[in-house]
Amino acid sequence: MSGLLGKKIGMTRIFDDEGNMVPVTVVQAGPCYVIQVKTLERDGYEAMQIGFDPKKEKRTNKPLKGHFAKANVPPLRRLKEFPLPEDREVKPGDVLTVEMFSPGEKVKVSGTSKGRGFAGVVKRHGFGGGPKTHGQSDRWRAPGSIGQSSFPSRVFKGLRMAGHMGNARATVTGLTVVKVDPEKNLLFIKGAVPGARNSYVEIYKR
Amino acid sequence: MDILNVVTADQLRTDLPDFKAGDTVAVHFKVIEGEKERIQVFTGTCIQKRGSGINATFTVRKVSNGVGVERIFPLHSPRIEKIEVLRVGRVRRAKLFYLRGRQGKAARIQEKRTQK
Repeated sequence: MSGLLGKKIGMTRIFDDEGNMVPVTVVQAGPCYVIQVKTLERDGYEAMQIGFDPKKEKRTNKPLKGHFAKANVPPLRRLKEFPLPEDREVKPGDVLTVEMFSPGEKVKVSGTSKGRGFAGVVKRHGFGGGPKTHGQSDRWRAPGSIGQSSFPSRVFKGLRMAGHMGNARATVTGLTVVKVDPEKNLLFIKGAVPGARNSYVEIYKR
Repeated sequence: MDILNVVTADQLRTDLPDFKAGDTVAVHFKVIEGEKERIQVFTGTCIQKRGSGINATFTVRKVSNGVGVERIFPLHSPRIEKIEVLRVGRVRRAKLFYLRGRQGKAARIQEKRTQK
Protein backbone atom coordinates (compact mmCIF):
# COMPACT_ATOMS: atom_id res chain seq x y z
CA MET A 1 0.00 0.00 0.00
CA SER A 2 1.23 3.45 -0.79
CA GLY A 3 -0.38 6.68 -1.81
CA LEU A 4 -0.21 10.27 -2.88
CA LEU A 5 -1.06 13.67 -1.53
CA GLY A 6 -3.39 15.81 -3.57
CA LYS A 7 -5.63 18.81 -3.69
CA LYS A 8 -9.33 18.56 -4.34
CA ILE A 9 -10.23 20.65 -7.37
CA GLY A 10 -13.96 20.00 -7.42
CA MET A 11 -16.64 17.82 -8.87
CA THR A 12 -17.87 17.51 -12.41
CA ARG A 13 -19.06 14.73 -14.66
CA ILE A 14 -17.58 12.87 -17.56
CA PHE A 15 -18.95 10.38 -20.06
CA ASP A 16 -17.40 6.92 -20.13
CA ASP A 17 -16.78 4.79 -23.21
CA GLU A 18 -20.35 3.49 -23.22
CA GLY A 19 -21.76 7.00 -23.01
CA ASN A 20 -22.80 6.74 -19.38
CA MET A 21 -22.53 9.86 -17.31
CA VAL A 22 -20.16 9.38 -14.38
CA PRO A 23 -19.96 11.84 -11.48
CA VAL A 24 -16.31 12.45 -10.67
CA THR A 25 -14.18 14.40 -8.25
CA VAL A 26 -11.10 15.91 -9.86
CA VAL A 27 -8.03 15.73 -7.63
CA GLN A 28 -4.71 17.29 -8.45
CA ALA A 29 -2.44 14.58 -7.06
CA GLY A 30 1.29 14.92 -7.00
CA PRO A 31 3.97 15.30 -8.07
CA CYS A 32 4.96 14.19 -4.60
CA TYR A 33 8.58 14.06 -3.48
CA VAL A 34 9.94 11.43 -1.16
CA ILE A 35 11.63 13.36 1.63
CA GLN A 36 12.57 10.66 4.08
CA VAL A 37 12.41 6.89 4.30
CA LYS A 38 11.87 5.46 7.76
CA THR A 39 13.58 2.15 8.29
CA LEU A 40 13.07 -0.67 10.73
CA GLU A 41 16.59 -0.36 12.13
CA ARG A 42 16.58 3.36 12.69
CA ASP A 43 12.96 4.25 13.39
CA GLY A 44 11.40 0.97 14.39
CA TYR A 45 8.91 0.97 11.52
CA GLU A 46 8.87 1.31 7.77
CA ALA A 47 7.34 4.27 5.97
CA MET A 48 8.10 7.05 3.58
CA GLN A 49 7.57 10.72 4.19
CA ILE A 50 6.29 12.48 1.11
CA GLY A 51 5.63 16.13 0.41
CA PHE A 52 3.32 17.99 -1.91
CA ASP A 53 2.64 21.55 -3.13
CA PRO A 54 5.86 23.59 -3.56
CA LYS A 55 6.18 26.87 -1.70
CA LYS A 56 8.63 29.74 -1.69
CA GLU A 57 11.99 29.25 -0.06
CA LYS A 58 11.57 32.38 2.07
CA ARG A 59 8.35 31.04 3.55
CA THR A 60 10.24 28.03 4.89
CA ASN A 61 11.83 28.05 8.31
CA LYS A 62 15.42 26.96 8.83
CA PRO A 63 14.86 23.52 10.33
CA LEU A 64 12.56 22.57 7.45
CA LYS A 65 14.94 24.02 4.88
CA GLY A 66 17.59 21.62 6.10
CA HIS A 67 15.10 18.77 6.02
CA PHE A 68 14.24 19.48 2.39
CA ALA A 69 17.88 20.07 1.43
CA LYS A 70 18.79 16.65 2.76
CA ALA A 71 16.51 15.00 0.24
CA ASN A 72 17.36 17.57 -2.42
CA VAL A 73 13.73 18.57 -3.01
CA PRO A 74 12.06 22.02 -3.21
CA PRO A 75 10.28 23.35 -0.08
CA LEU A 76 6.85 21.80 0.18
CA ARG A 77 3.69 22.76 2.01
CA ARG A 78 2.28 19.46 3.06
CA LEU A 79 4.21 16.53 4.50
CA LYS A 80 2.76 13.17 5.33
CA GLU A 81 3.94 9.66 6.03
CA PHE A 82 2.69 6.82 3.87
CA PRO A 83 3.30 3.09 3.92
CA LEU A 84 6.03 1.98 1.53
CA PRO A 85 4.95 0.84 -1.93
CA GLU A 86 5.42 -2.87 -2.51
CA ASP A 87 6.26 -2.74 -6.18
CA ARG A 88 9.21 -0.37 -6.07
CA GLU A 89 12.06 0.85 -3.92
CA VAL A 90 11.98 4.46 -2.85
CA LYS A 91 14.77 6.74 -1.73
CA PRO A 92 14.71 10.41 -0.69
CA GLY A 93 14.40 12.68 -3.68
CA ASP A 94 12.20 10.32 -5.68
CA VAL A 95 9.16 11.75 -7.42
CA LEU A 96 5.79 10.02 -7.22
CA THR A 97 3.16 10.89 -9.79
CA VAL A 98 -0.39 9.91 -10.66
CA GLU A 99 1.01 7.30 -13.01
CA MET A 100 1.01 4.91 -10.07
CA PHE A 101 -2.77 4.74 -10.47
CA SER A 102 -4.65 3.17 -13.32
CA PRO A 103 -8.29 3.50 -14.37
CA GLY A 104 -10.58 1.00 -12.69
CA GLU A 105 -8.47 0.81 -9.58
CA LYS A 106 -10.07 1.08 -6.14
CA VAL A 107 -8.66 3.71 -3.81
CA LYS A 108 -9.20 5.08 -0.33
CA VAL A 109 -9.35 8.85 0.11
CA SER A 110 -8.89 10.73 3.38
CA GLY A 111 -9.28 14.41 4.08
CA THR A 112 -10.72 16.95 6.44
CA SER A 113 -14.47 17.18 6.09
CA LYS A 114 -16.25 20.50 5.67
CA GLY A 115 -16.95 22.14 9.00
CA ARG A 116 -20.64 22.36 9.89
CA GLY A 117 -20.24 24.25 13.16
CA PHE A 118 -22.53 23.44 16.07
CA ALA A 119 -25.09 21.19 14.46
CA GLY A 120 -28.31 19.80 15.83
CA VAL A 121 -29.20 16.13 16.00
CA VAL A 122 -31.23 16.12 12.78
CA LYS A 123 -28.25 17.23 10.71
CA ARG A 124 -25.55 15.57 12.79
CA HIS A 125 -27.03 12.15 13.47
CA GLY A 126 -29.93 11.94 11.07
CA PHE A 127 -32.63 12.01 13.73
CA GLY A 128 -36.17 12.39 12.51
CA GLY A 129 -37.07 15.31 14.72
CA GLY A 130 -40.47 15.69 16.27
CA PRO A 131 -43.93 16.08 14.77
CA LYS A 132 -44.50 19.27 12.87
CA THR A 133 -48.24 19.46 13.40
CA HIS A 134 -50.85 18.44 15.97
CA GLY A 135 -50.22 21.34 18.30
CA GLN A 136 -46.43 21.14 18.42
CA SER A 137 -44.68 24.42 18.96
CA ASP A 138 -40.94 23.89 19.36
CA ARG A 139 -40.35 20.16 18.83
CA TRP A 140 -39.55 20.14 15.10
CA ARG A 141 -35.89 19.33 15.31
CA ALA A 142 -35.71 18.21 18.95
CA PRO A 143 -33.84 15.00 19.88
CA GLY A 144 -36.67 13.54 21.99
CA SER A 145 -36.01 11.78 25.27
CA ILE A 146 -32.39 11.43 26.36
CA GLY A 147 -32.96 8.81 29.02
CA GLN A 148 -34.96 7.55 31.98
CA SER A 149 -35.81 9.24 35.28
CA SER A 150 -34.71 8.60 38.89
CA PHE A 151 -32.91 5.44 37.82
CA PRO A 152 -30.26 5.88 36.44
CA SER A 153 -30.62 9.59 37.19
CA ARG A 154 -27.99 10.47 34.65
CA VAL A 155 -27.48 10.59 30.92
CA PHE A 156 -25.44 7.73 29.48
CA LYS A 157 -22.07 8.48 27.97
CA GLY A 158 -21.89 8.52 24.23
CA LEU A 159 -25.55 9.45 23.75
CA ARG A 160 -25.90 11.19 20.42
CA MET A 161 -26.63 14.86 20.91
CA ALA A 162 -26.11 18.19 19.22
CA GLY A 163 -22.54 19.43 18.94
CA HIS A 164 -19.69 20.26 16.65
CA MET A 165 -19.86 18.54 13.28
CA GLY A 166 -17.38 18.28 10.46
CA ASN A 167 -13.86 19.71 10.17
CA ALA A 168 -12.64 16.28 11.24
CA ARG A 169 -10.68 13.62 9.46
CA ALA A 170 -12.92 11.59 7.19
CA THR A 171 -12.12 8.60 4.99
CA VAL A 172 -14.04 7.15 2.10
CA THR A 173 -13.08 3.66 0.99
CA GLY A 174 -13.70 1.75 -2.20
CA LEU A 175 -13.73 4.66 -4.63
CA THR A 176 -12.94 3.93 -8.26
CA VAL A 177 -10.36 5.75 -10.33
CA VAL A 178 -12.10 6.59 -13.61
CA LYS A 179 -9.39 8.44 -15.47
CA VAL A 180 -5.78 9.46 -14.98
CA ASP A 181 -4.22 12.51 -16.61
CA PRO A 182 -0.43 12.33 -16.11
CA GLU A 183 0.13 15.52 -18.08
CA LYS A 184 -1.85 17.72 -15.70
CA ASN A 185 -1.32 15.45 -12.68
CA LEU A 186 -5.05 14.91 -12.38
CA LEU A 187 -6.95 12.01 -10.96
CA PHE A 188 -10.64 11.48 -11.69
CA ILE A 189 -12.28 9.59 -8.85
CA LYS A 190 -15.86 8.42 -9.09
CA GLY A 191 -18.07 9.91 -6.41
CA ALA A 192 -17.38 12.41 -3.68
CA VAL A 193 -14.27 12.75 -1.53
CA PRO A 194 -14.13 14.51 1.86
CA GLY A 195 -13.35 18.20 2.16
CA ALA A 196 -13.94 21.50 0.46
CA ARG A 197 -12.44 22.58 -2.83
CA ASN A 198 -8.72 23.31 -2.61
CA SER A 199 -8.35 21.23 0.53
CA TYR A 200 -5.67 18.60 0.80
CA VAL A 201 -6.57 14.95 0.48
CA GLU A 202 -4.61 11.72 0.80
CA ILE A 203 -5.17 9.02 -1.79
CA TYR A 204 -4.24 5.52 -0.70
CA LYS A 205 -3.47 2.84 -3.21
CA ARG A 206 -4.47 -0.70 -2.25
CA MET B 1 -13.22 25.94 -11.33
CA ASP B 2 -11.22 26.69 -14.41
CA ILE B 3 -9.50 23.32 -14.39
CA LEU B 4 -12.89 21.63 -14.35
CA ASN B 5 -13.90 23.39 -17.55
CA VAL B 6 -10.61 22.55 -19.20
CA VAL B 7 -10.69 18.86 -18.43
CA THR B 8 -14.22 18.42 -19.73
CA ALA B 9 -13.74 20.65 -22.78
CA ASP B 10 -12.79 17.76 -25.06
CA GLN B 11 -16.07 16.00 -24.27
CA LEU B 12 -18.24 18.91 -25.31
CA ARG B 13 -20.08 18.43 -28.58
CA THR B 14 -19.97 21.03 -31.25
CA ASP B 15 -21.68 19.04 -33.99
CA LEU B 16 -25.21 19.56 -32.69
CA PRO B 17 -27.50 22.20 -34.16
CA ASP B 18 -28.54 25.29 -32.25
CA PHE B 19 -31.99 25.08 -30.76
CA LYS B 20 -33.96 26.83 -28.07
CA ALA B 21 -36.92 26.24 -25.83
CA GLY B 22 -40.04 26.21 -27.98
CA ASP B 23 -38.42 24.41 -30.88
CA THR B 24 -39.73 21.06 -32.00
CA VAL B 25 -36.84 18.63 -32.08
CA ALA B 26 -36.26 14.98 -32.91
CA VAL B 27 -33.58 13.44 -30.74
CA HIS B 28 -31.95 10.32 -32.12
CA PHE B 29 -30.77 8.54 -29.03
CA LYS B 30 -28.73 5.34 -28.90
CA VAL B 31 -30.35 2.75 -26.68
CA ILE B 32 -28.39 -0.28 -25.52
CA GLU B 33 -30.52 -3.34 -24.85
CA GLY B 34 -28.31 -6.13 -23.65
CA GLU B 35 -26.00 -6.76 -26.56
CA LYS B 36 -27.95 -4.89 -29.18
CA GLU B 37 -27.75 -1.22 -29.86
CA ARG B 38 -30.46 0.66 -31.66
CA ILE B 39 -31.52 4.21 -32.23
CA GLN B 40 -34.66 5.58 -30.68
CA VAL B 41 -36.17 8.81 -31.89
CA PHE B 42 -37.87 11.05 -29.36
CA THR B 43 -39.78 13.89 -30.98
CA GLY B 44 -41.33 16.72 -29.07
CA THR B 45 -41.06 20.31 -27.90
CA CYS B 46 -37.96 21.44 -26.11
CA ILE B 47 -39.29 23.05 -22.96
CA GLN B 48 -36.05 23.95 -21.25
CA LYS B 49 -32.32 24.13 -21.64
CA ARG B 50 -30.29 24.41 -18.50
CA GLY B 51 -26.75 24.17 -17.14
CA SER B 52 -23.48 25.10 -18.71
CA GLY B 53 -20.47 23.22 -19.97
CA ILE B 54 -20.68 19.48 -19.62
CA ASN B 55 -23.53 19.80 -17.13
CA ALA B 56 -25.96 21.20 -19.72
CA THR B 57 -29.21 19.29 -20.23
CA PHE B 58 -32.40 19.86 -22.14
CA THR B 59 -35.93 18.62 -21.65
CA VAL B 60 -38.17 17.44 -24.46
CA ARG B 61 -41.91 17.12 -23.93
CA LYS B 62 -44.39 15.28 -26.05
CA VAL B 63 -47.91 14.04 -25.59
CA SER B 64 -48.08 10.33 -26.23
CA ASN B 65 -51.51 8.63 -26.23
CA GLY B 66 -52.93 11.52 -24.26
CA VAL B 67 -50.22 11.29 -21.61
CA GLY B 68 -47.56 13.93 -21.32
CA VAL B 69 -44.05 12.48 -21.51
CA GLU B 70 -40.94 14.45 -20.71
CA ARG B 71 -37.41 13.29 -21.19
CA ILE B 72 -34.24 14.98 -20.01
CA PHE B 73 -31.14 14.51 -22.16
CA PRO B 74 -27.57 15.51 -21.31
CA LEU B 75 -26.74 17.92 -24.12
CA HIS B 76 -23.22 16.58 -24.60
CA SER B 77 -24.04 12.89 -24.26
CA PRO B 78 -22.19 10.74 -26.79
CA ARG B 79 -25.35 8.63 -26.98
CA ILE B 80 -27.11 11.37 -28.89
CA GLU B 81 -26.69 10.35 -32.50
CA LYS B 82 -28.15 13.56 -33.87
CA ILE B 83 -30.71 16.24 -33.17
CA GLU B 84 -33.09 17.45 -35.88
CA VAL B 85 -34.75 20.82 -35.48
CA LEU B 86 -38.12 20.32 -37.14
CA ARG B 87 -39.76 23.61 -36.28
CA VAL B 88 -38.59 26.83 -34.71
CA GLY B 89 -41.13 28.13 -32.25
CA ARG B 90 -41.89 31.69 -31.24
CA VAL B 91 -41.97 31.82 -27.45
CA ARG B 92 -41.46 34.61 -24.96
CA ARG B 93 -39.76 32.75 -22.16
CA ALA B 94 -36.87 30.36 -21.65
CA LYS B 95 -38.71 27.72 -19.65
CA LEU B 96 -42.03 26.53 -21.02
CA PHE B 97 -43.37 24.76 -17.96
CA TYR B 98 -46.76 26.37 -18.55
CA LEU B 99 -47.28 23.81 -21.32
CA ARG B 100 -47.70 21.13 -18.67
CA GLY B 101 -51.01 22.56 -17.59
CA ARG B 102 -52.36 22.93 -21.10
CA GLN B 103 -53.97 20.57 -23.53
CA GLY B 104 -54.78 20.47 -27.21
CA LYS B 105 -55.14 23.83 -28.88
CA ALA B 106 -53.90 25.76 -25.87
CA ALA B 107 -50.62 23.89 -25.93
CA ARG B 108 -49.70 25.04 -29.42
CA ILE B 109 -46.63 27.12 -30.13
CA GLN B 110 -46.54 29.58 -32.98
CA GLU B 111 -43.90 29.04 -35.59
CA LYS B 112 -41.27 31.70 -35.79
CA ARG B 113 -41.42 33.67 -39.03
CA THR B 114 -38.06 34.11 -40.59
CA GLN B 115 -37.21 36.64 -43.26
CA LYS B 116 -36.84 35.38 -46.76
